[in-house]
Amino acid sequence: MKELFEKELKVINIGLEGFAETLKERETPVMHVRWQPPAMGDADLLSLLDKLK
Amino acid sequence: MSKYDQANQEAVKRMMLSRPVWVDVGRAKDVIPGMKDNLFLHAGPPITWDRMSGPLKGAIIGGLIYEGKAKNREEAEKLAASGSIEFAPCHHYNTVGPMAGVTTPSQMVFILEDKEWGGFTYSNMNEGYGKVLRYGAYDESVLNRLKWLDEVYASVIKEAVHLAKGVDIKSIIAQALHMGDDGHNRNRATTSLFIRSIAPFIVETQWGKKTDYNAPRLDLTNVSDYFKGHKATAAAEVLAFMHSNDLTSLNAIMAACKSMALAAHGVENSTVVTTMARNGTDFGIRVSSTGDQWFTAPANVPDGLYFSGFSAADANPDIGDSVITETVGIGGFAMAAAPAIVNFIGGSPSDAFDATNEMYEITVAENSNFNIPAMDFKGTPTGIDVRKVIEKGIVPRINTGIAHKEPGIGQVGAGIVKPPMEIFVAALRELAK
Repeated sequence: MKELFEKELKVINIGLEGFAETLKERETPVMHVRWQPPAMGDADLLSLLDKLK
Repeated sequence: MSKYDQANQEAVKRMMLSRPVWVDVGRAKDVIPGMKDNLFLHAGPPITWDRMSGPLKGAIIGGLIYEGKAKNREEAEKLAASGSIEFAPCHHYNTVGPMAGVTTPSQMVFILEDKEWGGFTYSNMNEGYGKVLRYGAYDESVLNRLKWLDEVYASVIKEAVHLAKGVDIKSIIAQALHMGDDGHNRNRATTSLFIRSIAPFIVETQWGKKTDYNAPRLDLTNVSDYFKGHKATAAAEVLAFMHSNDLTSLNAIMAACKSMALAAHGVENSTVVTTMARNGTDFGIRVSSTGDQWFTAPANVPDGLYFSGFSAADANPDIGDSVITETVGIGGFAMAAAPAIVNFIGGSPSDAFDATNEMYEITVAENSNFNIPAMDFKGTPTGIDVRKVIEKGIVPRINTGIAHKEPGIGQVGAGIVKPPMEIFVAALRELAK
């Protein structure tokens, strides 16, 4: 673990873009992956989607 | 493949096979089935007078004055509130109108025929920029231009399109995407191609040499010194107006897109969106398999760039039927084709690529007619699937003009806007019943 923080950081950020923006501001290489839970995490909508599969 | 996926493939196939051709021009009450003297069409989903936004009210007021039903704003407002004038969405009459979309009984409209599936779609004449009826302005200059459009412009292009034996609008859209247009906010290429298609026939009409006639005239003295002290022919007026207005082709393009969307409507089990439209108060969608039912929610205010002297505080919520372009895979969905307008979405061509790529997440197919050269000629993302919108949590990206919130002022900017997620949730609930 200690070794990790001694190396240059290369980050893949998934989900909340704000974390990637903060790293970019500090000139840390970061690749952002857009992701959010299916159906915005709404169990009711997921059950409706299941009906329409 | 599930029955829903099969139905969506069928809907999008029908959409892409539609072949809308501009065939004629006519007076709304004479050519649009069901149109009548006291019926005023408007953009977006149904709305009553009391809930209409400033620009839509302005356009209705202007329309009533233009039709001779009222002498001034006060009379028009009284008449509009009296219940003796009927209001209905353009979409209920296979018609589409940009911004307020107000189409009055005696206005002249483009007539497009779907040569693949049959049937007709309609849209009125584009008035150009600045103070115009579709943004809710109705002063004397606006009403005079409408008169010129209906009496001179429409007569000339009607005769010209007959001589041309029709103009293939779908082909114009496909070519224009290769020339830097998105087909919604940028129409420089579509309009150039539109002019090329019709110009020789305009010159050949009986108006080609006519300089003396009893109808309103367009002042061309600001176009060139040549026209100072020199009467222009009607054909020259029409061509100069077309050249001055990059939006000349927009209304015909919208009617073509309506034709494509109509072809995809009514497919059992399909979850594809076949109408998106805004009236300045509400945003509404309709879905292929849910008939004429609208799903609506309050419209958002666009995020955009403003003309000098205006700001977001002046903006009206989203308005217009022009989002029919995104419904069939162009406009905001084809941003990657239009680097000249990337300022609306962040400022770089890579932002435009991101915008288009994101739309593949929520659509059924890559368009077989419309493609983007810079993306290795990949077909544009086409056929919005309500299920995918919900699953991914991504709503369609829409390019749009921005109207001032008060009636009588006009356009104040342009930008992008997103529809409210609630309408897709409501559609999903109905589809799952």
